[in-house]
Amino acid sequence: MMQTITCECGHSNPYGTSLCQACGKPLKQDVEVLSSMRYEGSARRSQTYKQTFVDKIWNFFSSVKVGVWLIVIILVAAAIGTIFPQETFIPPNVDPATHYESEYGTFGLIYYLLGFHNLYGSWWFILLLGMLGLSIIIASLDRGIPLYKALKTQRVTRHDQFMKNQRLFSKSNDVELDEIKYTLESLRYKVREEDGNLFAEKGRFSRWGAYVNHVGLIIFLTGAMLRFFPGMYVDDILWVREGEKASIPGTSTEDGQYYLENNDFILEMYDKEEKKFNSALSSVDGEVAKNYQSNVTLYKTKENHTIGAEPELVKVKNGEIRVNEPFKFDSFALYQTDFKLNEFYKMSFELEEKATGNKFGKLTVDLHDPKKEYDLGKGYKVKIEEYFPNFVLNDQNQPSTVNNLPDNPAFVFSMYSPKTPDGEKAFVGIQKNIDSGENQFKMSFAGIETKDLTALTVRKDHTLWIIALGGIIFMIGVTQGLYWNYRRIWIKQNAGEVWAAAHTNKNWYGLKKDVEFLSDKTNLTPLEEKETASK
Amino acid sequence: MLKKNRLWFRSALLAILVVAVGYTIYNSMNEESGTYISKGNTAPNFVLTDLNGKQVELEDYRGKGVFLNFWGTWCKPCEREMPYMQRQYEKYKEQDVEILAVNVSETNVSVKNFVDRYRMSFPVPMDKQREVTKAYGIGPIPTTILIDKNGKVVERTSESLSEKKIISFMEKIKP
Repeated sequence: MMQTITCECGHSNPYGTSLCQACGKPLKQDVEVLSSMRYEGSARRSQTYKQTFVDKIWNFFSSVKVGVWLIVIILVAAAIGTIFPQETFIPPNVDPATHYESEYGTFGLIYYLLGFHNLYGSWWFILLLGMLGLSIIIASLDRGIPLYKALKTQRVTRHDQFMKNQRLFSKSNDVELDEIKYTLESLRYKVREEDGNLFAEKGRFSRWGAYVNHVGLIIFLTGAMLRFFPGMYVDDILWVREGEKASIPGTSTEDGQYYLENNDFILEMYDKEEKKFNSALSSVDGEVAKNYQSNVTLYKTKENHTIGAEPELVKVKNGEIRVNEPFKFDSFALYQTDFKLNEFYKMSFELEEKATGNKFGKLTVDLHDPKKEYDLGKGYKVKIEEYFPNFVLNDQNQPSTVNNLPDNPAFVFSMYSPKTPDGEKAFVGIQKNIDSGENQFKMSFAGIETKDLTALTVRKDHTLWIIALGGIIFMIGVTQGLYWNYRRIWIKQNAGEVWAAAHTNKNWYGLKKDVEFLSDKTNLTPLEEKETASK
Repeated sequence: MLKKNRLWFRSALLAILVVAVGYTIYNSMNEESGTYISKGNTAPNFVLTDLNGKQVELEDYRGKGVFLNFWGTWCKPCEREMPYMQRQYEKYKEQDVEILAVNVSETNVSVKNFVDRYRMSFPVPMDKQREVTKAYGIGPIPTTILIDKNGKVVERTSESLSEKKIISFMEKIKP
């Protein structure tokens, strides 16, 4: 059994207790009653002994100082993460290794090298949050349980030392106990009586506020943690071209994979001529968007769909997605997030004889799937030698492509005709048509087709209710602890005198009003405030 | 409360938290791959048409080591590692290691030119719709995934590979 301290009142207290749980008598010589009142002079469990390795870890996290430092470190780290955009928010198709430096200079490079570009999901940030969670749990257990026990076992009759050392105290003679009891009850105190002594208390539950609040925080952190568990949380982006189908990321299960078809992307602007909006819009330069909308069709594949195989799709339903009006299925929601208008889709050219201007057929190149060779008949044909979807001259001055998106398509064509059976080469791009100068034929531009793209956020979140619940409990705890306070008044018969003492954990003003009211209504000597001994 | 009970309680609580936080960190490291395609998991099967029009299915390579590379012609680091991959492919082909170089959503014309320039002889499955890229949660390219003869993922990396590294990878998945 653990060592215990038995008080003269007969109550046995855990080792380390400074004020007896039952009568409040200081158990050590140098105990300051008032400053010990925060936790009722109870022993913080961890401080009582140091033994095993586990206890040492426990003691470390039990410290409020450690907890506060963890909070400070997390705050600073979280703030650093907002200086530059996180990796998720930089444009796709750029290399983060170079993006941060080119965009934000040396600081950007340091930012990237230190891993701050992916801060909130980094192992050390999660570890910090985990340590904070541990600190909250341990510190609460170490303080909450002893406090609960002390408040539960407290007796009506308190030790003289305990009474005398309270901040509000008085001695009186000739007091009608029933009157005091009645007055206190009229102030909604809960009054207990024992051997002619009184104990009145009010708002004890406010002492649990901090612990309720911590339970809320732990639930909140658990919810945040669960986002990293499979199947709990999906947050992805899906780009779909008009008229095309694409698999929806994160929606693959054994009974199949969801696909989405983008039937139409609609961007509407407010009409400036319309009377209703005329005055509001007159001060605005350019146009103001009224609606971003995707009309979509949801499909699902058959069971056991192999990734990459031509999907056998079954239509599920149609839907319209607007900003703040997501399209929902199963536990998923698709939100309108972004768009790209008029992406190049098909380009048409005509084979033209330079000297005469005669044309020998037209070819249309699908920019996502160009053919190697286009036969125009009668011995005329065009070959694509090189294709650069997003043309750029690289460091070595060689034509190349930035990425695979057809934003600036360019070709090297070989043109064949009965007159030029060996072929003539030309480089053709947007506003570019370069050849050796001796070519008899050229490719002349004959039109372009474009397509719109829509970008949708794919979201599934099974953790939101947990996080919300944690938040609500957190707020209940805060309210409980802030708007209520634990007031106590003791009345003790002591050798012909009546001693009165009062204590609250906060809002002394309110308590003082209560005891003033009490002394006004009864013969009790007004309680006097003791000068708080400065250390 | 008995001292022993207290020790048990404290150890258990600490253990639960360590496991929970550890698992969270483990998952956050693999977060890029939405389907958790990382060490120890079975690589999901896929089927794609390669540059020559042949169907390539991952499951057909069971019993062989598979060096699965995701790449694009416009990506410089990918371009750098291709000749090394080709050279090592020629050496390790006999030892039952196969290279599948999945091209991420490009056109046959561009890829064909690239493949001819570097004389690549391993299959180049064309992931036109990015289906495999998405399912494998590929972020930056090049990304290389090593799959052993049982179809298990042995390694996953997004670094640009040196020839030495490629050799060590080949040794790792050699049956």
